[in-house]
Amino acid sequence: MEPHYSLFYTFHFYLFGVIALASAIAFVTRKSPVAAALWLVNTMFSLAALFVMLEAEFIGVIQVFVYAGAIMVVFVFVIMLLNLGAPSELAQARGKWWKLAAGVVGLILLAEIMVISRGGLPPSLVVAPGHNQRQLEELNAVGVIAKPLFNEYLLAFELTSVLLLVAIAGAVVLGRGRAVRAR
Amino acid sequence: MLAESLALSAALFTIGVIGVLTHRNAIIIFMCVELMLTSVNLTFVAFSRFYGAAGQVFVVFVMTVSAAEAAVGLAIIIAIFRHRQTINLKDINLLRG
Repeated sequence: MEPHYSLFYTFHFYLFGVIALASAIAFVTRKSPVAAALWLVNTMFSLAALFVMLEAEFIGVIQVFVYAGAIMVVFVFVIMLLNLGAPSELAQARGKWWKLAAGVVGLILLAEIMVISRGGLPPSLVVAPGHNQRQLEELNAVGVIAKPLFNEYLLAFELTSVLLLVAIAGAVVLGRGRAVRAR
Repeated sequence: MLAESLALSAALFTIGVIGVLTHRNAIIIFMCVELMLTSVNLTFVAFSRFYGAAGQVFVVFVMTVSAAEAAVGLAIIIAIFRHRQTINLKDINLLRG
């Protein structure tokens, strides 16, 4: 079902995958919030590269703009504003039985993933080969996303604007500090 | 590349969960949540090659929700810091049973 990939493609796919994974591990083991944020930016960048390689060019660009650009800058800004650069300790793990239980649950979930990934995709849901390529030539990289977004998913799109408005209002109210007295 | 993408996505999600469970710094926990959301995006993009572009539309929605979540969450962190002078979750345990 999957087309044949060139060695160049495969090499770079694995390269960015390894970078993403290594940066994520470095991110989660840092105790300083600033170092953690910068490692997370690295992860986001390599994930954007993977998105581009998976034929989602627009999503890759948006990933760089929104995640690596906007959201991580806000995180670093809050760290700077609150002066939180000092490293913080990790939680103490509970006793050995809790660790054992966590390991068993993790193994069960991993086995579940293995079983599901062997199942294969239901053929009725899979689009015809070359369908994505044709659509990409017909609408361009942005149109592929914009057309369903403004047709089938219009209601969800409009609700998203309500969500963003509520989030803005909530952030302003929470960040303002003392309540302003009503006149 | 579907299997590799899904494996990477699962690994990144697990790393995010581990971070949420082990860290005590509220900002790092928030960043771990962002990592989990992004790893799910990778799943959507990988599947969108076979199921059509609808998966990429969902990625746009996930990104919007995560941006809103980051804005509100960081505002909450700032409010907590004003109130308690700390964001260490060990010290914020009013609801602890």
